[in-house]
Amino acid sequence: MVTPILPLTLSQVQVVKQGKRILGPLDYKLSGRGITVVLGPNGSGKTTFLRTMHGLEHIRSGRLYWACTTLAARKSQAFVFQTPILLRRTVLDNIAYPLLVDGSTKATAYARAQEIAERIGLGGLLGVMGTAISGGEKQKLALARALVRKPQVLFLDEPCANLDGSATKDIEAILMDEKANGTRLIMSTHNVAQARRLADDVIFLYRGLLHDQGPSATFFTTPATSEALTFLNGGILA
Amino acid sequence: MNDIWAGLTQAGRLIISLDPTLIEITARSFKVTLTATLLSVAIGLPLGAWLAISRFRFRRLVIAVMNALMGLPPVVIGLMVYVILSRSGPLGVLGLLFTTSAMVIAQTIIISPIIASVAHQVVRDLWAEYHDLLISINTSRWQRTRTLIWDSKRGLMTASLTGFGRAIGEVGAIMIVGGNIEHATRVLTTAISLETGRGNFAMALALGFVLIASALLVNLVMHHISRTERGSRW
Repeated sequence: MVTPILPLTLSQVQVVKQGKRILGPLDYKLSGRGITVVLGPNGSGKTTFLRTMHGLEHIRSGRLYWACTTLAARKSQAFVFQTPILLRRTVLDNIAYPLLVDGSTKATAYARAQEIAERIGLGGLLGVMGTAISGGEKQKLALARALVRKPQVLFLDEPCANLDGSATKDIEAILMDEKANGTRLIMSTHNVAQARRLADDVIFLYRGLLHDQGPSATFFTTPATSEALTFLNGGILA
Repeated sequence: MNDIWAGLTQAGRLIISLDPTLIEITARSFKVTLTATLLSVAIGLPLGAWLAISRFRFRRLVIAVMNALMGLPPVVIGLMVYVILSRSGPLGVLGLLFTTSAMVIAQTIIISPIIASVAHQVVRDLWAEYHDLLISINTSRWQRTRTLIWDSKRGLMTASLTGFGRAIGEVGAIMIVGGNIEHATRVLTTAISLETGRGNFAMALALGFVLIASALLVNLVMHHISRTERGSRW
């Protein structure tokens, strides 16, 4: 049995970069199931929020803890970056890489990588260099590589930014599929329509603070703050 | 124009007739420079990668020293190796002066900083690109280093070829520590220098063409082996 790593608790967490407060102080608890969507205008701290939870940012003050040890938690989570970072290797090598890092045998790693590549629709590109595929395929590849370890928590930072409709549709289908498998997803977007399609609950960040939150059913109809309402209606937040 | 033509024809004649002296000199050139390149690769690539990935106290100082060494005139390095290896020098007992070993040592000192410096830059750029991913995947330091070296192999090959190119064409240092002794330490560059001094331009040019052609050959072979410069991008 896999040790559950959730809930993740953030208590008065603050991130400061070059003297500027980027995030917080904020309290948040990530638990349960489903997809949480982080909404907010540019510069509201969405990326930093996700990166902080994943452990990529230095926390100035406050505390962040998982239900298990940090080391165990790190192995059961994955992150999909807004701009996919691809290893200069083939598609199959890219997907197998995290398993090889974990110490899987080559045979196991490549078999699993191939299985997931086919599920995600990269089956025809296994031998192609990761740097030579299209933008949508790159993002799918990043997603496949993130899912190959069967993470309990998956962070996605604007996974569909710069993608067209059909690529976005493919990615969303994969995400819904993962949700059904019990993976906890938390993704940022500034696309309200996408948030409506995917979210089970919503976090609204504004100026680095957790400004508003709630289950999608109530958040989209009756947001608690005027900023969230303006944002949802397509208004511009100063 | 006459000299060039005479040089070309003589070079052609020397090569076609497999002139024993030419072959001996060329083989020695390659032996010395390839050995020095291998040694420098063994020193420079790990050093460059380590400087790119690690953070330690005197890192900037090491990089500054390395970059400074890169610009040192070979003739000065030759002089220092000479002083160290000469009979009265600290390593005089080894009796290495005026041997090919001394030439290998001098060339290694000259090109190691170059290889390390280029390797450092290549790995640093790749590390900047991969950083978030490798941290996210929770790789160990050793796994990171291996991944970065493997994935920047083409840049590292360029670093090695740069070192090779510098060493094969080097003359000042090996002239001093090797002595340009016939059948012992004479190589292409020192022979060219000698023939030019003698006014034997045709022979000097012939040796020069052989040098250029063989350096080109090594680069082509390396690119062929590593399949670079083939596709639309690499």
